[in-house]
Amino acid sequence: MASQKRIAKELTECTSSPPTGVTVFLPKDSDLHRWHAILDGPENTVYQGGKFGLVISLPTDYPFKAPTITFATRIYHPNITNDSLGNICLGLLKPENWKPSTRLLSVLEAVRALLVEPLPDDPLEARIADEYRSDRKEFEKTARNYVQRYAKGPPKFDSSENSSTAHEGDDKKGGSGSGTGGS
Amino acid sequence: MDSDDDFISNMSSEEDMLPDDSDNDMSNYEDYGFDDEPDAYSDSQKETGHGKKVAYDFSFKVYQPSDIQKQQDDLINEVNMILDISKEEAAILLRYFRWNKERLIEDYMDRPGQVLDAAGLSQSAAGPPKIQVIPGFVCDICCEDEPGLESFALKCGHRYCVDCYRHYLSQKIREEGEAARIQCPSEGCTLIIDARSLDLLVPQDLTDRYHELLHRTYVEDKETLKWCPAPDCQNAVECAVKKKDLDRVVPTVSCLCGHRFCFGCILNDHQPAPCELVKKWLKKCADDSETANWISANTKECPKCNSTIEKNGGCNHMTCRKCKHEFCWMCMGLWSEHGTSWYNCNRYEEKSGMEARDAQARSRVSLERYLHYYNRYANHEQSARLDKDIFHKTEKKMVQLQKESGMSWIEVQYLNSASQALQTCRQTLMWTYAFAFYLARNNLTEIFEDNQKDLEMAVEALSEMFERPITELADPKLKVEIMDKTTYCNKRRVILLEDTAQNLAEGKWTFNVEFSGSAANGGPSTRR
Ligand SMILES: [Zn+2]
Ligand SMILES: [Zn+2]
Ligand SMILES: [Zn+2]
Ligand SMILES: [Zn+2]
Ligand SMILES: [Zn+2]
Ligand SMILES: [Zn+2]
Repeated sequence: MASQKRIAKELTECTSSPPTGVTVFLPKDSDLHRWHAILDGPENTVYQGGKFGLVISLPTDYPFKAPTITFATRIYHPNITNDSLGNICLGLLKPENWKPSTRLLSVLEAVRALLVEPLPDDPLEARIADEYRSDRKEFEKTARNYVQRYAKGPPKFDSSENSSTAHEGDDKKGGSGSGTGGS
Repeated sequence: MDSDDDFISNMSSEEDMLPDDSDNDMSNYEDYGFDDEPDAYSDSQKETGHGKKVAYDFSFKVYQPSDIQKQQDDLINEVNMILDISKEEAAILLRYFRWNKERLIEDYMDRPGQVLDAAGLSQSAAGPPKIQVIPGFVCDICCEDEPGLESFALKCGHRYCVDCYRHYLSQKIREEGEAARIQCPSEGCTLIIDARSLDLLVPQDLTDRYHELLHRTYVEDKETLKWCPAPDCQNAVECAVKKKDLDRVVPTVSCLCGHRFCFGCILNDHQPAPCELVKKWLKKCADDSETANWISANTKECPKCNSTIEKNGGCNHMTCRKCKHEFCWMCMGLWSEHGTSWYNCNRYEEKSGMEARDAQARSRVSLERYLHYYNRYANHEQSARLDKDIFHKTEKKMVQLQKESGMSWIEVQYLNSASQALQTCRQTLMWTYAFAFYLARNNLTEIFEDNQKDLEMAVEALSEMFERPITELADPKLKVEIMDKTTYCNKRRVILLEDTAQNLAEGKWTFNVEFSGSAANGGPSTRR
């Protein structure tokens, strides 16, 4: 398969000279089509101090088809689904925009850029996007809360573990005083 | 439109569908006096053989794939000559300008560099791209570097191996259905792949698909062109009726393949109801199907002995197999009351209908009103389908009939005509009920209901004759009757549509829902 050579080359690139704030590695027992990465929350953003697990899946038709990237760590962000799936909306990865010459290095850089500057006009979470635009203070508070709650310590990539940690964050507002409920 | 004469002389029209033009006598209708109107209506009016204009008719033209290709080729050649650029480049520019040749030429003359960039064309004067073997080449997509690797680059110079290029193109074309806007595979490069480069790189079946897709974009880019929605049909229809005209005209066109559809919304022929009401009606039917699902139109109980009866033909005259009770499928009333002179099954008459209809809906007047129209609508929809089935069965019988009676294939064609008339008329009847549901009473509704009643009666009569056993069909007297009734049905349909369309064009209808063409909304300028 022609893509193996390309993927191997890219993996070497990404591990030897990774993009700023990103560590890429091949998980145990994985083939070349499933990578893990740890993204450090960029400085001077609400995500600073957090460590976010990313799962990078390369389709069999890679690089003719775009890779998919998901957040294994919960994150409060207009362009990333606020659930255990952690789907991400990235223009670069849409089929009509994807070019086979695009490198994972630039994809990872684009993900990082999204944390530095969210794109509320193209949201996956409309409510968070609204809040980002109209009540930046509240947005930042919740986002920091999420970092404290989910993004401290080494990221977990196992999806079952992830969904169990996701459970307590199911109230969409998140972090609004955990003990005030019915106890 | 360049030349009205040219356009009109080439067109097909609704009348082509009618078996005999001489039946389509509209001369007793007034001239509608659109002549002094400089808008779309005046040039879309059609002269009939009697020199009268038909309000519901308008010009349209059907193009076959070769015509569509020729139109594109002509435009490409013209731009190729005027601007002195290659045909491939002319094609890309035209597509970028959505085939607006005038605007393209104007813009290109003003600022050629910007236009080329925006359309995804290179400004370099390098010769046409070709497949090459370049020593030391490494493909940036697959990372192969073996000696002798064939590679290709557009004028931008972004070079990739031929295998990768092929893979990329076939995915774009086959999986994504892209053709007109396939860019160079390089990240950030907006150069568009031209047809000639594509021909160099991919096998014949893929270039065929590519040209088919380009074809599609040509039709889809033009407001006056639409694809015939019939499955497997490759034709396109041109019609000048614009979106804003749709409250005044129901632009029904018929393709060479026989499919009739509305140019405004692409749905099957829905005359006389305008698109806006059709949309409302279909939405209502979908929304109300839960509450009204007891009307499952296929079975009903005999009003006398309650045994379940399944409808198995298009005719509304039902005879219970168990008790021999004869009744009307639509209103459940006695069939004997449905004599030819007294027929009240098309109108919503609370008093006579109440007793026979289901008690469940009685408490809810608005639901019942809806169901009244819905039942009739659904009934004709279903009957049209059944009539189609029956025709397929009859086709076999037609063969038998030929053998037994000695009639030729031509001589049994009257059954074919009758079947077609039944379907067309039922299609129209079906939509008259949706139309009537939204119609507010005024001095014109009674004429409409009379027309509807006449057509419905004729259709039911024809449907009944059509279902007679094969032995009876061999009777030459019945043949004449069926032929006469077929002609009559078609005629009644034309009269109904003509009348309704005229009032629609003149904004004379009033509706009980918000509708842009309603007389209540200030009315149109054509009223005099
Ligand atoms: Zn290659
Ligand atoms: Zn390029
Ligand atoms: Zn067709
Ligand atoms: Zn329509
Ligand atoms: Zn019975
Ligand atoms: Zn009846």
